[in-house]
Amino acid sequence: MTTVTMTVNGKSVSAPAEGRTLLAQYLREGLQLTGTHIGCDTSQCGACVVLVDGRAVKSCSVLAMDMDGAEVTTIEGMTNPDGSLGTIQQAFQDHHGLQCGFCTPGMVMAAAALLSENPKPTEAEVRHYLEGNICRCTGYHNIVKAVLAASGQDVGSLGAVAAE
Amino acid sequence: MYAFDFVKPASLDEAVAALGQEGAQPLSGGQTLLASMKQRLNAPDVLVSLRGIAALKGVSREGDALVIGAATTHATVAAEAASDYPGLAALAGQIGDPSVRNMGTLGGSLANNDPSACYPAGVLGSGATVVTNRREIAADDFFQGMFTTALEEGEIITSVRFPIPQKAAYAKFLQPASRFALTAAYVAKFADGVRVAITGASEEGVFRWAEAEAALASDFRPEALDGLSVPADGMIGDLHGTPAYRAHLVGVMTRRAVAAAG
Ligand SMILES: Cc1cc2nc3c(=O)[nH]c(=O)nc-3n(C[C@H](O)[C@H](O)[C@H](O)COP(=O)(O)OP(=O)(O)OC[C@H]3O[C@@H](n4cnc5c(N)ncnc54)[C@H](O)[C@@H]3O)c2cc1C
Ligand code: FES
Ligand code: FES
Repeated sequence: MTTVTMTVNGKSVSAPAEGRTLLAQYLREGLQLTGTHIGCDTSQCGACVVLVDGRAVKSCSVLAMDMDGAEVTTIEGMTNPDGSLGTIQQAFQDHHGLQCGFCTPGMVMAAAALLSENPKPTEAEVRHYLEGNICRCTGYHNIVKAVLAASGQDVGSLGAVAAE
Repeated sequence: MYAFDFVKPASLDEAVAALGQEGAQPLSGGQTLLASMKQRLNAPDVLVSLRGIAALKGVSREGDALVIGAATTHATVAAEAASDYPGLAALAGQIGDPSVRNMGTLGGSLANNDPSACYPAGVLGSGATVVTNRREIAADDFFQGMFTTALEEGEIITSVRFPIPQKAAYAKFLQPASRFALTAAYVAKFADGVRVAITGASEEGVFRWAEAEAALASDFRPEALDGLSVPADGMIGDLHGTPAYRAHLVGVMTRRAVAAAG
């Protein structure tokens, strides 16, 4: 075991890791940040997406030791300082962008990466960017709507979809 | 995954030395290797991360060529090669999804030589040179069949030198579940000829379509390919497509690439 140190959600943290410890395991088991989900464990589903140095990365497919010194943001880091839901999270709630919620941490983190690269994406750009994130429940429309709303764009014209 | 030792050298020399150990293997983006280790298809004793070696990263123009470090991510190539070599940048931007592109690298993709991967088509289609810590290998000699390359034990790809064509384009028929190519064509037009490389089709991995190259050399239009086809013999057949379907797609995607190159 080696001690791996990172900045996670703005705080410097350390936890032990083996060579084979995945970043997802380090976050969930080492730091007890269980908001990051592991769906497929084979880099197909995107449930485990976190930001590493500002970029979306599938935490099931990187080694914790390879990320020593990195700056990581997880879903727990997306709330406002007072603990209330952050803008993207609130938009997912407002627009019914989740049902079971399993994919949601990855969706929110991928959306955060998209909006930092492209603050006013088109609907097509949102769909394209979220290609690596799979949702079994929502049928995606309300997720796309939530991301567009979080970017401050008017989503009224996208039509009412389910439960609104 | 079985347990292994992890090292992250800061220089190429240290990496080469670390790879001299019994059972050592390079780790680049890990987007292929870690999945294969989880499935226990691969169990190295030592993983040598290449991610800490600055000399292996970056995109730079050297005369008529674009040189890309082996540990450069697909996302970086998509962004930084766009002005010098837009056809190649567009290929990199179509690999996988954003998270895969933020980790996956050129060197890892070439060393792996997946028969449906994108970069082998870009490298063979450009007539690029693969540079290692030991030698330079022409693309025509590098790819030696499905998951097989000219790399020797302990040899590391350090960069790839791409001659910049007059025009080039990649046309990918996406296999949406894997995000790899079902079949794709890379076409590049140089002053002295045209190269056409096909991925996702042959059981031998990426290959050049010589008849199409000859036809396009004298007439660089999609119509120049009318009447040309590749035999279904030796094409991949799986639940996503029969050999005959893939042989048909070779023609379709090559025409689309020529049209896109303009
Ligand atoms: C969901 C998903 C979708 C994908 N879609 C596509 C796609 O559309 N098109 C596509 O082409 N690929 C696709 N890929 C594969 C992706 O491009 C990988 O990044 C690539 O295949 C491997 O690169 P890597 O840097 O991750 O290498 P690693 O996984 O780290 O390594 C792969 C192999 O190369 C060796 N290696 C790594 N670097 C070097 C080097 N410099 N010298 C010698 N050997 C080296 C390793 O030892 C290992 O054997 C996808 C992957 C995933 C998970
Ligand atoms: S758990 Fe990482 S991509 Fe599915
Ligand atoms: S809300 Fe259930 S998987 Fe997306």
